[in-house]
Amino acid sequence: MPAPASDPPAGRTMEEDVARLWGPVVQVSHSPGRVDIFMDDPEALPSLCRWLSHERQYHLGTLVTEEEADTWRLHYLFWGGAPSWVRVLVEVPLDNSVIPSISDGVHAADWHERETEDLFGLHFSGHPQLGDFILHEEWPEGTNPMRRSFDWRGEPVGEEKEPRWQPKRVVRATGAFTMPVGPVFSGAAQASHFLLETIGEDVLRTVPRLFYKYRGVEKLAEGRTADQVVLLAERFTGTSAVAHAWAFCRAVEEIAGLEIPPRAEVLRVVFAELERFRHHLSAIAGIVHSTGMTVASSQADLLVEEALRSAGAMVGHRYLFGQIVPGGMYRDWREEQISGLSHTVESLATRLTSLTRMLRFSSSFLDRLEEVGVVTGEQAHDFGLVGPVARACGLNADLRVELPYGAYRGLLHPEVHMEQEGDGYARLRVLIDEAHESARLIQDALHRLEPGPVRVDVPHASGQAIGWCEAPRGAAFHWVRLNEGRVQRYRLTTPSFTNWHGFHLAAERFAFQDFPIIMATFGLSTAEGDR
Amino acid sequence: MSKWILNGLLTRVKTTAYPRRPDHTPGISPGLPEASTEFLFPEAAGAAAAVCPSGALKADATRLKTDQQRCIHCMRCAWGATAVPWDKGYQWGRWTRNGSARKPAQPFGHSVHIRVVDGGGCDACLLEVQQLTNPYYNMHRLGFFLTPSPRHADVLLVVGPVTRHMRRPLLKTYEAMPEPRWVVAAGSCALTGGPFGPSFATLGGVADVLPVDIEVPGCPPPPLAILHALLLLTGRAEQADMQDPKALSGVIR
Repeated sequence: MPAPASDPPAGRTMEEDVARLWGPVVQVSHSPGRVDIFMDDPEALPSLCRWLSHERQYHLGTLVTEEEADTWRLHYLFWGGAPSWVRVLVEVPLDNSVIPSISDGVHAADWHERETEDLFGLHFSGHPQLGDFILHEEWPEGTNPMRRSFDWRGEPVGEEKEPRWQPKRVVRATGAFTMPVGPVFSGAAQASHFLLETIGEDVLRTVPRLFYKYRGVEKLAEGRTADQVVLLAERFTGTSAVAHAWAFCRAVEEIAGLEIPPRAEVLRVVFAELERFRHHLSAIAGIVHSTGMTVASSQADLLVEEALRSAGAMVGHRYLFGQIVPGGMYRDWREEQISGLSHTVESLATRLTSLTRMLRFSSSFLDRLEEVGVVTGEQAHDFGLVGPVARACGLNADLRVELPYGAYRGLLHPEVHMEQEGDGYARLRVLIDEAHESARLIQDALHRLEPGPVRVDVPHASGQAIGWCEAPRGAAFHWVRLNEGRVQRYRLTTPSFTNWHGFHLAAERFAFQDFPIIMATFGLSTAEGDR
Repeated sequence: MSKWILNGLLTRVKTTAYPRRPDHTPGISPGLPEASTEFLFPEAAGAAAAVCPSGALKADATRLKTDQQRCIHCMRCAWGATAVPWDKGYQWGRWTRNGSARKPAQPFGHSVHIRVVDGGGCDACLLEVQQLTNPYYNMHRLGFFLTPSPRHADVLLVVGPVTRHMRRPLLKTYEAMPEPRWVVAAGSCALTGGPFGPSFATLGGVADVLPVDIEVPGCPPPPLAILHALLLLTGRAEQADMQDPKALSGVIR
């Protein structure tokens, strides 16, 4: 196996480098913005992926597994360099379901491989921890719901076991004990389970157990038309419905080779930024709640409710469901409706400024956030973290800028706000700055609205494509294979899935009462992560 | 410290007048398709029903009937060429058959404590439940509280379809509650499984796991709809006639 080069000489293209280093085992093809590397021999996969991630600074977007008649096809999709996308393709026979694990070199692939093992029954050799991930005790061993032979209406057979789940390793010391939190919480919170390993007041480690809300969205989508699947895409996580519907529609439109009308592109930005604004207000309110500031909580709650109301009053639905469909927007909106919306957002942004000014001078608030839940930039890169969490530790990962799409390509230019500290307060500041930036973008988009149609018909097409979108919580990738307009395989990679992988980094060695604060500043959604 | 107190006072009272008076503020509810709509031609009714992806609309000759339980607020019938009228009300709470047989004999004398379980929802319903505690709705003024323990709970409020993984935590919560106890299912997923179920990973609605007493349609049900369900349970609001748009948004106490 060829050894990866340490420093690629400048001026050589990606194809040349790959051909030089892995020549005998790869076939490279090139299309605009993308390089496809087909590997004949999966044994070279880990070294190639490590090279892409470490030498070429690519990020792992997603791992897609497809089951064909007699082969497994795996797509490793990397983004973020020149060219923008690198797709590494591997095929192995169906009866030999062992693939070398890449997560030793690309740590971000860890959870993707575990998920694939659980849902497809593929084995990744060299992976340190496989099994018991998405499917809990309720599922009999050997059930692989994503296999073609598994009927989505089907019921897994097997006896139900009393959950005896334990992490692989626990802290053993005098006075040490594990404190379970969830999956049912004391207030209104999403279902998820955490084991806090404590010695008295101090928590040493947090072991999250997720996927209580696994609804099998990828499986449910199979065989349905794009018009039906877009409903699933926006409803599996209602708080970032617009972003996920957009990402899904972009994949469908790319397969059909469609250009959607310019007015629809700008309207999509308006709704996506409105959603980001609402989401960030809600995340800020969550952080204020977690610190127990009563008046400030109420003030933040008022902003959230007013953002919801203005969406409900101007465009019908408080959570902006039903706006984006394949081919454009479901309906057009009048200029005065959009500008009314923009005015409300402006005034809410002004009130947010005065609220943050007061919070910044409240020491009881700052004391709870500063130096709490620190994630370093290096850790964030290793785990491939995305969204405001990554930007709070100096990682510039905003798809609107890195892989511009829709009206962000040329027409609208978001400014990326970053912080360096990586603590709870840095994450709060990123959220506040981004909320203001969204308000500005809505205003800007208004001036770019030109009259015209907002929807085109989508022909029934076949093919595969990836659609992406910077959702409020970070990068979302929707990979779709269509067959005559029906979804054959749908791979959904969400920012919460990516960031939950690194959540334990922030939840290490902290005082017990800081747990809700770390949760709130990460602002993750289990609905989005569990799918 | 004093600046926060001043800040709070200057904000003044924001709380809705509901249930004393109806609230007609724009944007508090997405509404629901009207229970029944008369079209001029059967083709028009048929076309309107064909737009619905969740099977909530059914055409019967020239009449279009809505199964509000199934509506997932995709807005396609409201915005399409067929323009089915939507009613902007929110008094959507309804006793189920199971619930009407065991209504509380007398109104609650004291406060009501609610345990919220997320059965696997998309977070929008849950966010609307959280809104009930904000100053606009302030459900505490009506004696409703979220409780940190099932032992203190009178009402189990469930949102989302029940996933295979959440079935056991949901049942355990229910079993830990003392009698008498009531179950409120909020949101179309909690009623029918919505777009997710029943399937291999979700069991369908809450009623497939537990006896449900009150149901609230909506995707998500707005805060006032959930509040109405709680008022209905405690005998402080009447069930609205779904055929009557005035009743849905008015006050009938």
